[in-house]
Amino acid sequence: MSAPVATETFDNRVAFAEELIALAREDERIVAVCNDSVGSSNLVQFQKEFPDRLINVGIAEQDMVGVGAGLALSGYVPFVCGASPFLTGRALEQIKADVAYSQSPVVLCGMSPGMAYGELGPTHHSIEDLSWLRAIAGLDVVVPADPAETRSAVRWAAHAARPVFLRVGRFKVPAVTGDRPFTFGAATTLRDGSDVTVVAAGTMVSRALQAAEEAAEQGVSVRVLNMSTIAPLDEDAIRRAMAETRGIVTAEEATTTGGLGAAVAAVVVTERAPVPMRLLGIHREFAPTGTTAFLLEHFGLTAGDIRQAAIGLARTDA
Amino acid sequence: MLVADPRTAAAWRRFRQEFADAGPERRREMLRERANQSRTTDLHMIGRAGLGHVGGDMSVLDILTTLFFGVLRVDPEKPDWADRDRLVLSKGHTAGALYATLAASGFFAEAELETFAGPLSALNGHPNRVKVPGVETNTGPLGHGLPVSVGMAVAAKLSSSSRHVYVVLGDGELQEGSNWEAAMTAGHRRLDNLTAIVDRNRLQQGARTEETNTLDPLDDKFRAFGWDVLEIDGHDHLSLYDAFTAARGERPTCVIANTTKGRGVSFMEDRVEWHHKVPSAEQIVTAAAELAR
Repeated sequence: MSAPVATETFDNRVAFAEELIALAREDERIVAVCNDSVGSSNLVQFQKEFPDRLINVGIAEQDMVGVGAGLALSGYVPFVCGASPFLTGRALEQIKADVAYSQSPVVLCGMSPGMAYGELGPTHHSIEDLSWLRAIAGLDVVVPADPAETRSAVRWAAHAARPVFLRVGRFKVPAVTGDRPFTFGAATTLRDGSDVTVVAAGTMVSRALQAAEEAAEQGVSVRVLNMSTIAPLDEDAIRRAMAETRGIVTAEEATTTGGLGAAVAAVVVTERAPVPMRLLGIHREFAPTGTTAFLLEHFGLTAGDIRQAAIGLARTDA
Repeated sequence: MLVADPRTAAAWRRFRQEFADAGPERRREMLRERANQSRTTDLHMIGRAGLGHVGGDMSVLDILTTLFFGVLRVDPEKPDWADRDRLVLSKGHTAGALYATLAASGFFAEAELETFAGPLSALNGHPNRVKVPGVETNTGPLGHGLPVSVGMAVAAKLSSSSRHVYVVLGDGELQEGSNWEAAMTAGHRRLDNLTAIVDRNRLQQGARTEETNTLDPLDDKFRAFGWDVLEIDGHDHLSLYDAFTAARGERPTCVIANTTKGRGVSFMEDRVEWHHKVPSAEQIVTAAAELAR
């Protein structure tokens, strides 16, 4: 059995909302656009303070993204917020044409991604979002790991002046990034190691750290990379991991078909001496009924699963 | 990004001034001639490229010409001027009509039209705002222009700007549900700074709109969504001008412009196959002669 994940945990949406309000106080170009998701996007306080700058189009995601693009093309900095499965799934073509291809600097905020809506079922799970959006040219895909990184990423996105997708987690996670700010396009080494590298994003980062801690007790040295920018990927960090460790495990609350694991694998196989990999995530399967925590366990995404994969790679190669 | 052509822009300014000073009949004649020149330009462009949407281009050119040569507050030499009016061509497959109009207004050199749809040309088969001045957002897939225009109209309200947003929709395009999401938002927010123009030529790519997925009663649909609706002859330049500049109430305006696909070219008019058929060299000569009358 793995030890429990760190004690205090946080909903990244809280950090998101607080930072967005702070930014809106500084810059009147900041607006929020949502789809009847004032509550679930945690925009209640934003709406109180800036009623005119909260544009709720109702349950209409294609319209929401188009309206966001129109605002961005008129000099505003829209944070377009909606439950990630619907923002990305229903409005995928708007994200491609109106935002990315038109180079409209919209910040698309996919709220409650992954299997955050556990029991509501696969219609409400956003596990394909990383695959879909990573395929779109000119769209940055950012997955902050904890509240501090969420704040930092929101602040970056507001000034990035480019199309961004920000995955804002609802499933509570511990603080893991400390005082390391979000750095666009750069993986952060949260723990160094020499045997195996775990590349994780979002909910998986704290689990990867715990897995590394446990693996160390068994004599396996695990490096943990927080890959908070999925696109463009920090390929140099992957190449360093290949040169300095003997295998790579990826862990994501998403389908491995096209998500983080696939992105890392695409780098690994282009090298002259690839390293063995294990891709942890969801393998083209709709989830059964259960809470988020249950589903993460069901799909082999606990710290114990990550530890096993890492130790397995270390020993296979030895 | 293409750049403005100062000589053509100057000619456009003279046209705009003369138009402003002219009486109704002269205005009608000026716009009619100008639109037919763009039709001829467009036909040659399509002939050279071997592709294009000629039927829809002929259909929409009176609307675009009236906007650019009579109505829009824009400056071809300052295409990014913040308080300019916005024109979004949602029916992006008629890019050729827009390019011909923008070039005639001086947004870029008319010689560029010769590159239309060629390798690495800025003039793609569908408009791209990053490459072509005067294009406000990239279109092509249908049902995108109205939501983006609603966003632009909301932005104008937030900024207390008097700029007006015009969006040209195809009628077949209204079968896309995203339009109705946006129509609802525009009605709800009482966006009186937004005018949607429906190029109602009653033909879509494969058949008549009413045989495919009925749009009528289109006026009632928009009214039910909280819009003011005008229905006019979409080839009557003065009716178009009046509709685009009419005193506005407190609601968005939908101008249903009844048009004919292939307008101005006898053998193309109201014929579904001319949606994107390419005219032969002989047909272009015949068409140009008809348009010069």
